[in-house]
Amino acid sequence: MSACALRVFLQRAAVTRKAAQQTFSQTRAFPQCVTGSYTHSKGINTLTNSLRAEEKVTVHFLNRDGKRISVKALTGESLLDIVVNNDLDIDGFGACEGTLACSTCHLIFEEAVYKKLGPISDEEMDMLDLAYGLTDTSRLGCQVCLRKDLDGMILRVPDVISDARVDSEKESSTAPPKV
Amino acid sequence: IWGSHICRVRGLSSSSSPRVCIVGGGPAGFYTAQQLLKNAAVDIYERLPVPFGLVRFGVAPDHPEVKNVINTFTQTAQHERCSFHGNVNVGKDVTIDELRQAYHAVVLSYGAEGNRSMGIPGEDLPGVFSAKDFVGWYNGLPSNKELHPDLSFETAVILGQGNVALDVARILLAPVEMLKETDITQNALEALAGSKVRRVLIVGRRGPLQIACTIKELREMVNLPNTRADMLPADFEGIAEALKDLPRPRKRLTELMMKAVKEGGDDKAEKCCGFRFFRSPVEVLAGADGKRATGIRLALNKLEGSGESARAEVTGQLEDVDCGLIISSIGYKSIPIDPAVPFDPRRAIVPNEMGRVQDTAGLYCSGWVKRGPTGVIATTMNDSFDTAHVLIQDMEAGKLDLSVNKPGAQAITALLQTRGVRTVLFSQWEKINAEEEKRGKSQGKAREKLLDVDEMLKIAWS
Repeated sequence: MSACALRVFLQRAAVTRKAAQQTFSQTRAFPQCVTGSYTHSKGINTLTNSLRAEEKVTVHFLNRDGKRISVKALTGESLLDIVVNNDLDIDGFGACEGTLACSTCHLIFEEAVYKKLGPISDEEMDMLDLAYGLTDTSRLGCQVCLRKDLDGMILRVPDVISDARVDSEKESSTAPPKV
Repeated sequence: IWGSHICRVRGLSSSSSPRVCIVGGGPAGFYTAQQLLKNAAVDIYERLPVPFGLVRFGVAPDHPEVKNVINTFTQTAQHERCSFHGNVNVGKDVTIDELRQAYHAVVLSYGAEGNRSMGIPGEDLPGVFSAKDFVGWYNGLPSNKELHPDLSFETAVILGQGNVALDVARILLAPVEMLKETDITQNALEALAGSKVRRVLIVGRRGPLQIACTIKELREMVNLPNTRADMLPADFEGIAEALKDLPRPRKRLTELMMKAVKEGGDDKAEKCCGFRFFRSPVEVLAGADGKRATGIRLALNKLEGSGESARAEVTGQLEDVDCGLIISSIGYKSIPIDPAVPFDPRRAIVPNEMGRVQDTAGLYCSGWVKRGPTGVIATTMNDSFDTAHVLIQDMEAGKLDLSVNKPGAQAITALLQTRGVRTVLFSQWEKINAEEEKRGKSQGKAREKLLDVDEMLKIAWS
């Protein structure tokens, strides 16, 4: 796919994802992310607005091939947004487009960072439970929003099953086979 | 995001690029295509006029977000080096050998269109359905449109406790309000609106610790309006003690079930749903006239061993359950589509080593036909990426003769034409898509699926 076509694809995916989010039922937990397009700010003057504006933060992804990918992103973006918007080379990330219907945006956090993150909903935990290589510091990237105090964090992209010889019953030691 | 987009094969133009053919237009086919497109031109052949396989016909109507993957498949199909050909029955309209002659490599991604049978007397009586057919019925699979399940009985029994079984139970018991804006077919919606089914039992051979469904689906069941839990505390003996040693996912799943046992739910609820463990079906019972199913005979089991590998052993005890709807949800099954392709009838898959079909150079497989019919879409995604990588490796290692020019779809389309078969292109599927969305809109639904292949073709080719 040419870089130009890929960007269009990702933009369309992001737009569709936002549209999909808007049709969600109330049982879905959304991250309370503030994205660049969110402008709701009752009666606050423009000077304060610019002080409250999104800030740039650096995030490092440790990819499956061992390579580190560093990006600057805005506070308020979800980690899935960051991967999509920066066109990061992570195979199969975010298949359900941030709607808590898969576990492909699974990321592993450093312990100290993990403890600082917001609460995890039952809905997120339900999907996270299906993730291959689940750890005690795992989260779904679509549910975690960037904040200033997460600047410089390193996120590990977990391996997915890549050996077709692995018996599907043993795919994950923590999850039953499922359809 | 879909892997490196640096073209590894230089000079990639549509006339000289490697050509790969994919048989099957479901998730396996599309995800395999996605990875291959960096290095090859890819044609996807699909039997129906419409793409997307189980994403369209398997995923429950009230799980629309799971269908978001259709967006990425659409992007793939619209890639300049990819073309989709619907309405082609590989094995009947064109053979695998003919495809192998026209392409440098062929990938079998045609999934599992059959189902495992219970193998018990009475299985063919009216009132007994496979989950595959029941799901196909409410999801608009053309071959299931005449299913007409009789929903006038109070009790339905589902054999099997995987996510498909839970989907079926939920669709049977969900309030019509929950379904009426989805893409469930109108005839299913109307049948369900008039349904007398009030009690659904989901039966499994083994115990609560071996249940195959996942927690999201169980939670939806527990939260179903106007429905209380109908569980047997006896089935849960010893489970509380085992909790502490369980890995977190299994522990949370079990805790949720035990909560349902303990709390039971609203006594005023008109409907109930519950699991029955340690029971295997041995016979479907017919009424006095022998004309249809009126009950099911279950054998009671005991468990040998523990954990995922625990086995059900017979005790000799039997139990009869009165019911008028029996749905067997014990697994899908792949079938052989072409005698030229090796097939393992015991495992019901195409024998392969990491996606390379046994003893057949240039032939690969991905998805359920490769691994067996379990796993969610993401499982198939990873598996399809694996097959694609293996194929690309073989291309780079010279195992496929890329020096020969292959004609690809041009030759196959011409061949099909001589046989009176006309294909449906992706842009033509989009006409079907637009029509379904239009019809759905007038009913306040996400879409109204066309149920008739001829009607689909008429609109596609209009």
